[in-house]
Amino acid sequence: MPALQTINVSKSYGKFKALDKVSIEVGKQSIFGLLGPNGAGKTTLIRIINMISVMDEGQILLNGKAIKQSDIRNIGYLPEERGLYKKMKVGEQAIYLAQLKGLSKQDAIKRLKYWFEKFEIDSWWNKKVEELSKGMQQKIQFIATVLHQPKLLIFDEPFSGFDPINVNLLKDEILQLRDDGATIIFSTHNMASVEELCDHIALIDNSKTILSGEINEIKNRFKANIFEVVYHKQSELSLPAGHFEIVDTKEERGTQISQIRILNGNKPNDLLKQILPTSEVVSFKEMLPSMNDIFIQQVNSKEGRS
Amino acid sequence: MNKIILILQREYLTRVKKKSFIIMTILGPILMAAMIILPTYIADWSESTEKRVAVLDETGWFLEKFKEQDNISFYHVYEGLELEKDGALYERGDMLLYIPLPELNVPVNAQLFSTKQPGLSVTAYIKSVMRQEVENRKLLASGIDPELIKAAKAKINLATIRVDEEGIETKSNTEVEVGLAIFAGIMIYFFIFMFGVQVLKGVMEEKSSRIVEVIISSVKPFQLMMGKIIGIALVGLTQFLLWIVLTGIFLLIFQFGFMGDGGLDLLNQQNQLMQQSGEAGMDKFMLITEVLDGTNFTVMIFGFLFYFLGGYLLYASLFAAIGGAVDQDADTQQFMMPVSIPLIFSIAMSGVIINQPDGALSVWLSMIPFTSPIIMMMRIPFGVPLWQLWTSMALLILGFIGSTWIAGKIYRTGILMYGKKVGYLEIWKWIRG
Repeated sequence: MPALQTINVSKSYGKFKALDKVSIEVGKQSIFGLLGPNGAGKTTLIRIINMISVMDEGQILLNGKAIKQSDIRNIGYLPEERGLYKKMKVGEQAIYLAQLKGLSKQDAIKRLKYWFEKFEIDSWWNKKVEELSKGMQQKIQFIATVLHQPKLLIFDEPFSGFDPINVNLLKDEILQLRDDGATIIFSTHNMASVEELCDHIALIDNSKTILSGEINEIKNRFKANIFEVVYHKQSELSLPAGHFEIVDTKEERGTQISQIRILNGNKPNDLLKQILPTSEVVSFKEMLPSMNDIFIQQVNSKEGRS
Repeated sequence: MNKIILILQREYLTRVKKKSFIIMTILGPILMAAMIILPTYIADWSESTEKRVAVLDETGWFLEKFKEQDNISFYHVYEGLELEKDGALYERGDMLLYIPLPELNVPVNAQLFSTKQPGLSVTAYIKSVMRQEVENRKLLASGIDPELIKAAKAKINLATIRVDEEGIETKSNTEVEVGLAIFAGIMIYFFIFMFGVQVLKGVMEEKSSRIVEVIISSVKPFQLMMGKIIGIALVGLTQFLLWIVLTGIFLLIFQFGFMGDGGLDLLNQQNQLMQQSGEAGMDKFMLITEVLDGTNFTVMIFGFLFYFLGGYLLYASLFAAIGGAVDQDADTQQFMMPVSIPLIFSIAMSGVIINQPDGALSVWLSMIPFTSPIIMMMRIPFGVPLWQLWTSMALLILGFIGSTWIAGKIYRTGILMYGKKVGYLEIWKWIRG
């Protein structure tokens, strides 16, 4: 049973349709990437899951049951538009946010101490928020999101405002949270982090899900039968036209790197057979499209059609 | 519910700990005490000249009842009103107290003619003498039945009439009631604005600092709004109560100063300096208290607290809605205007209300929830029929329930809207949606 399921969720603001029958399934203990260009409807969907907005139609199931207001305390939500009270002290504020999530003051302090030590930010406890940099504030917000140990975590653009070192720190924390049993939904434009972190994705564009599934499966679905061959060139490579097509070729420090598309039902081995007699092959691998390519290609093609 | 308490706790504590709150809390009572004390001093200086009052008493009840005061003396005259008016006012430059024969059997109406403002001490003294005499006579006639003593309580309406050189008479506004009315009205106005705007700023701060979505992922927008509104109301009440207590303390200190109590060494030196004016000052002080006793203080204080809270809740919810709807400070103006107009209008109407506290306009304005907090507070010192008070309060309660409901709808949509300039049409859609 999936941890979270949305079934045909729709939402309109006046005449504008923000979500049109969006269905996603988020497996337990997995990281789910919610992708899409700006204004596609990701934040609307996330707000509906958090019961901040109300859907017009559809269903949201949490562990197989319709989601209720009381489930909200088991969700940790880091919104894209996030901030803190500027004049409040860091520790005081973190306690306040934790209490709003239902933690007692003592529990909040105990857990906060743990996280503050882990991130090595104990010295910030009595500082006012306005004295912190944006990245520092983001760390506090991250802690406030996960502090009550929710089963479901939703991060909207979690890496914005972080330097690469802290991005890595955060990635490790997110993976750790998943390994500890949390289910994570995470929305971003940063495709590199999607490939690194996500198990499943859904691509939303123009209020509809246009693509969803397991990340490797999607990559395979979009592969273009292109192989990269690295070889020592002894003589000019001649491939029978109509069976293979050289997409790109370049020379690098004495080795030749060519990308070759296999056509007409030929197998990779058929390509190797063509190359082996004339050249010494160093490496041979299939080129899977990056999530970035898939994203751009999918969004463009959908928009071209409409 | 628990979460509302958490929210209002934060709102309350962060504000009460602010320096500006502490300064206001101490400065307010000092100003207030000064406002009460200074006029007494000034009146004292200006009234050091001897005042003479000619008494034309058609009833004959008050012969020799007006005793010589520090700087007021009385003498009786017996000719017709017009004749004595000319004589007293223009020939001798005195005042004329005219007590006509009553239509019923008890003289409760009198008129004080004067070319200048007669001054608080004069009117208060005349009132107290007349009241005492009338009450004494009633008691004598009634025997000592407590029910009858209660029934014999009388109120004296002393209309002071100012006469200028041409002999045109105008009602002059020396009455303590008027002062109280204006003061109460302005206080309500001031409190609603001061704390209403704090709600507005608080909501805008949450919106512009982008914390609002973090919070409403834990609590409902309505809880956040109500927590803020109630928290700030408690700040207002705290300040109000502290003001009353501190003003009382400051006044007590002044009062000891006037009495020249030998036990207070610290004040002795000051007392010697003020010895001459000091005793007179104490008299004034007691006279004011005497006049104030005539108005019902329980109703005043209770009324003030109720109308402050009711008016505040009504307006604060609207201010919260505005704060939620707009993005930038500059955009608040177009919405603040229509919301504040009823408040400003109420203050502008104060002259009319005070002249005719029971007029149709006053009664209607004291019923409409948008104007009732200020207008009713202006009417209370003059005495308001209970049914009107209850109706007005009930309407105000309905009013703020309604406004909170509408504000909640605007607020919950508005706080998540960024970078969009909102108009009235848009807001109307939010209310309906």
